[in-house]
Amino acid sequence: MEWLYLHMPISGVDLFWPGLVILGLGVGILGGFYGMGGAWMITPGLNILGFPMAFAIGTDIAHMAGKSIVSTIRHAKFGNVDYPLGIAMMLGTMIGFEVGAQIVMFLERIGKVDLYLRIIYLILLAFIFATVLLDYAKLKKKEKLAKEKGEQLDKLASGVTWYKTLHKIKIPPVMNFKEAQIRVSIWLPMIVGFATGVIAGLLGIGGGLIRMPALIYLVGCPTHVAVGTDLFEVMISGLYGTFTYTWKGRTELLAVFVMLIGAGIGAQFGAVATKYFKGIIIRVLFGSAVCIAALSIGQKLIARMYDLKWLDDVSTVTILGGLSILMVIIVVKAVIGMRQEVKMKKMGQA
Amino acid sequence: MKKLFAIIFSVIGLVSMLPNIALAAGQKAPPLVVVAYTKGLSGLSLWWANLYNDNMLLFTILTGCVTPVAGILIGFVADYLLSLTGIDLTKRELAEH
Repeated sequence: MEWLYLHMPISGVDLFWPGLVILGLGVGILGGFYGMGGAWMITPGLNILGFPMAFAIGTDIAHMAGKSIVSTIRHAKFGNVDYPLGIAMMLGTMIGFEVGAQIVMFLERIGKVDLYLRIIYLILLAFIFATVLLDYAKLKKKEKLAKEKGEQLDKLASGVTWYKTLHKIKIPPVMNFKEAQIRVSIWLPMIVGFATGVIAGLLGIGGGLIRMPALIYLVGCPTHVAVGTDLFEVMISGLYGTFTYTWKGRTELLAVFVMLIGAGIGAQFGAVATKYFKGIIIRVLFGSAVCIAALSIGQKLIARMYDLKWLDDVSTVTILGGLSILMVIIVVKAVIGMRQEVKMKKMGQA
Repeated sequence: MKKLFAIIFSVIGLVSMLPNIALAAGQKAPPLVVVAYTKGLSGLSLWWANLYNDNMLLFTILTGCVTPVAGILIGFVADYLLSLTGIDLTKRELAEH
């Protein structure tokens, strides 16, 4: 079975390449669907495959850059990427991230920072999950009320409408974001980007997990556009990260290629899959992923606090198992949608 | 076309300004000196490992350029494979929040 192992020329290890392809495929589908880089999903998988951790981050970022190009191009074709909005957010994110990183350096002098930051991360994930649930419940209620009145709910209606309040702030310049179908002060995406950047910098994460819901609930982006625009940001930061991490000697290009085979196809599929899901369902599935991440982080936190090795393993199973279930749901629903579309097309031609 | 150039230049500008945002996938990397072990390697693998050991700048440039190109190529292949299914890959019908 030697052919199943590939020798990595830089790190010098032999890796089970089908595992890398499958991991790439899974993360590609989820990343293309949710609009995230998904480093938090990849690291436990790479760990299991015995990937040398010194190369994990750089390899992960490089593959993330490659796959987010694929999904950004696909989302752009569907009209899901608002470039000006993405650029405005990125400006805020960059500054915010630097501020967050500086705060961490300051807090490190106090000590126990890691534990506090993990708790903050957990609270944040719980908050995002609660927001998604609230959004779903409110939207259902609105639908029910509209049905009782014999009306149909506006397609652009959403449950949580915090963005409507924020849209009232009209500090110039006010810009029209065509794809996102919003007209807001440019300061709104910049400030939201800044805030998400500070949090991402504080927590040491890429930020897609926070930016995606922030684009929906605070900026007022339709879900599909939030997914595409977020991926655009992931693409830019991923490309930058590829250079900086490689410069530090932390990228194993062969592994990037192998992962990209799965991730490129997965990202394309994940992006196309959004066609067959309503915005609210994407948000609910996103909330589920956030819930799984929170659960896994919580388990890891307890495992570290009480030195429980078995719980650490359970946290890996939680994240990989939970995300696999979500991936299956997305794939099945997308395949059903695709088959229906083809069937309708054939019926139209007949 | 003007819009496209504006986007490209804005993106280049942003990339050149980007701080540590992309390094966020994990904790800050401590300085590390890794030397690729070339014994037993041959052909392209040997050349690549030697490049890593001898010329990090070229190694970085090549990795940084080859990765997006590979992504785009695989994307095209995936696009083609999906188009074989007969679905519409040019527009999205659903337009909801």
